[in-house]
Amino acid sequence: MKITLNGETHDLEGPLTVGDLLDQFDLKPTKIAVERNLEIVPKSAFDSEELHEGDRLEVVQFVGGG
Amino acid sequence: MSDTYEIAGRTFLSRLIIGTGKYQDYAENAAAAEAAGVEIVTVAVRRVNLTDKDKPLLVDYLDPSDYTYLPNTAGCFTAEEAIRTLRLAREAGGWKLVKLEVLADQKTLYPDMMETVRAAELLIKEGFDVMVYCTDDPVFARKLEDVGCCAIMPLGAPIGSGLGIQNPVNIRLIVEQARVPVLVDAGVGTASDAAIAMELGCDAVLMNTAIAEAKDPIQMARAMRYAVIAGREAYLAGRMPKKLYADPSSPLAGLI
Repeated sequence: MKITLNGETHDLEGPLTVGDLLDQFDLKPTKIAVERNLEIVPKSAFDSEELHEGDRLEVVQFVGGG
Repeated sequence: MSDTYEIAGRTFLSRLIIGTGKYQDYAENAAAAEAAGVEIVTVAVRRVNLTDKDKPLLVDYLDPSDYTYLPNTAGCFTAEEAIRTLRLAREAGGWKLVKLEVLADQKTLYPDMMETVRAAELLIKEGFDVMVYCTDDPVFARKLEDVGCCAIMPLGAPIGSGLGIQNPVNIRLIVEQARVPVLVDAGVGTASDAAIAMELGCDAVLMNTAIAEAKDPIQMARAMRYAVIAGREAYLAGRMPKKLYADPSSPLAGLI
């Protein structure tokens, strides 16, 4: 299953939830926010939201800025 | 009684807000925040680095339970980009207090006021508390207040320029008409600039580069803390009227 994560294409074994994806990349769910196909995925839905072929995901965090 | 001010129902004592960009590292940033005595720091929202997992995290140095994080929309040039960024920020942190900036031009980083007003309206409809970066135009400042922004933040000079308060007349006009807090955001270069902003009656000052790019950021952070306090007290004390000619301070009577 091919998905785009932060602008890069990744080929991953499905089925996969958003929570599984974060685990694979060692990302702590508390410190980030996830957007899938321009829609926010609430933290409460990380473990129930299944990823689909062609999904475009953005995973962001807070960084220094003015 | 302590001299506090309120933004969107939250009470703050420190009238200095600092950014968290351009520091050598987050440790220096944290030390500057402490020296500045701030309660609010601005932060940016960016993609997580998937390859370098050991990269330090802002939240490990500036604890969001110690500081109010004010997510910004730096780098956004349309209302849609700004809204998308702040929706993610709200989800990442759970905070609805945000700093909106919609830029128009790379060279000046001047805000696009038409897009800013449009973005502010949409964000407020979605339940955000919007502190808004804007030009020093009192007419646009009023429009932003009318659509429901919780703080008006005119620039003193272009972002990162350190040129100081270029248009004190307009800042004063904005302060005079506003019913929500007014903060000078951008343009402060050194302590006297921060004091001038406060003497004009601003409720607070927001700065990043003036501290981060000082030779000694920690010392400059402390200087800014004092400057903001000094400017605020001078404003409250009420300055003497300006006169065209001298007026002796020592009595004329009894001269030998």
